[in-house]
Amino acid sequence: METPLTQHISFNRPPYNLRDYERAGGYQALRKALTTMGPADITKTVQDSDLKGRGGAGFNTGMKWSFVPMTGDHAVKYLICNADEMEPGTFKDRMLMEGNPHQLIEGMIISAYAIQASISYIFLRWAYKKAGRLLRHAMDEAYAAGYLGKNILGTGYSLEMYLHTGVGRYICGEETALLNALEGKRATPRTKPPFPQVSGLFGKPTIVNNVETFCNIPHIINNGPEWFKSLGGSDAGTKIYGVSGRVRKPGLWELPMGVTMRELIEVHAGGMANGYRFKGALPGGASTDFLVKEHLDVKLDFKSVAAAGSRLGTGTMIILDDHTCPVGFVHNLEHFFAQESCGWCTPCREGLPWTEKILLSIEKGEGRTEDLQLLDMHTRFLGPGNTFCALAPGAMEPLQSALKYFREDFETHISQKKCPWR
Amino acid sequence: MTILETLTTEEITEIDHEISLVPFRKAAAIEALKVVQQHRGWVSDESLRAIAGHLEISPEELESVATFYNLVFRRPVGRNVILLCDSISCYVMGYQKIYGYIRDRLHISFGETTPDGRFTLLPNACLGTCDHAPALMINNELFRDLTEDRLDEILDGYH
Repeated sequence: METPLTQHISFNRPPYNLRDYERAGGYQALRKALTTMGPADITKTVQDSDLKGRGGAGFNTGMKWSFVPMTGDHAVKYLICNADEMEPGTFKDRMLMEGNPHQLIEGMIISAYAIQASISYIFLRWAYKKAGRLLRHAMDEAYAAGYLGKNILGTGYSLEMYLHTGVGRYICGEETALLNALEGKRATPRTKPPFPQVSGLFGKPTIVNNVETFCNIPHIINNGPEWFKSLGGSDAGTKIYGVSGRVRKPGLWELPMGVTMRELIEVHAGGMANGYRFKGALPGGASTDFLVKEHLDVKLDFKSVAAAGSRLGTGTMIILDDHTCPVGFVHNLEHFFAQESCGWCTPCREGLPWTEKILLSIEKGEGRTEDLQLLDMHTRFLGPGNTFCALAPGAMEPLQSALKYFREDFETHISQKKCPWR
Repeated sequence: MTILETLTTEEITEIDHEISLVPFRKAAAIEALKVVQQHRGWVSDESLRAIAGHLEISPEELESVATFYNLVFRRPVGRNVILLCDSISCYVMGYQKIYGYIRDRLHISFGETTPDGRFTLLPNACLGTCDHAPALMINNELFRDLTEDRLDEILDGYH
């Protein structure tokens, strides 16, 4: 089984420096792309590979790039790596950046060339201090080797790269909010259209992709779109999957896209920890719907998880075990979302704190029967189409599925006037 | 009203470097706040006015940016800031016990600073190390797989 993204990652040693990375074949894809391929060839190759955005939305990456204007007077275009990884339960991009920073930088340069961007940013989470140090060092090496800066590899193409560290808000992961943060403003989302591909950072054409997405690019250029498709099972490529919670071996694994939930939990994560039983899981971060026992054979790709009523999201799974109160679990999630709402639109700003309060009162044994209808109502009012961005609809996903699969637990809290888990 | 506080030469040099990287001055607002917080530990009203003056924007506009972000401190913090992850994986793995232990030992709750100014304790959203939950950061250092019996040793490392 091939694991292109993690083949050169080992945490028993420091990550590859430039020389080691080159010796392992690094920057060959960049050389190939810049000296033998045109920007349009690269975009088409990526589009044909069927690489879908690994930040959670699952949109075809090459198609996203194809919306960037390639004719006319666009002296400045931007390419941005979204390394803000703040989705609770998600820890995959940290591993990719700490494990092999040059892989990300090479992927970004190739991608920037494809859209003819002249400036690129890595928008890194403040908490990722180690990743920041390693990326800064790797960028310096890449500049010194002529992979960044003016006239890269003598091709006439120039690219600057900057590392920007955020100051902490979940909403910065939303790509238009991220643009506002980079412009030094409050990170509220922007109206679409215009889409960032046309009018993004400082009003210029801009592409924003996730860390894992960029890390795939060198391998697609080296090996071709058909190879990339053949890596996966039910969808193209490999995926960094993760599991956290009460399992024997929480962690991250690069696996063919479409591994089943059962295999991920039982084989890779070693099964549930002693004395704990599986009750449900959020398959791809805090903003995804619960999947339960009946879904254990669902393949973890974008389409199959959607068909099961949830989202693949970031592919990092959080397990709900039988010792953890589902109401408390969801209350913790809604506390996070209420706190991280940017406050821009009313349903999100007002609805999330209300939701949090109701859940707290149920958890404390002070809930009323009609509270469940109130929560049901919120899942509709804060659902898709009723809010400015995807934050509140994402917040409603674990809540609506908890109300569906664990309704009895909610009812027990209300009828017994206490939390049965305490 | 007079602006009593001014930016130091060092701060101005660093902020001006950030300004040189962006198309207009106020786009460096967040970086400028970070620079001053780095030097002074937090951003006081006076500091905020001085930064706004340098960026040529109103203090109100800069305040709207400063208060938006979780890690721009608009109140003084202790010499060491403990950021305890309270998000979902750490919840499942029992961060509440870690919180309880720190609270009992330092006699501070979330949002408070010890009277000697040694520690400030803050809740923090997911630190992205969920396979090693529960986790916390002190200043720039990450501690993972926390158990109550390790906390004394960790806290003793900060003065």
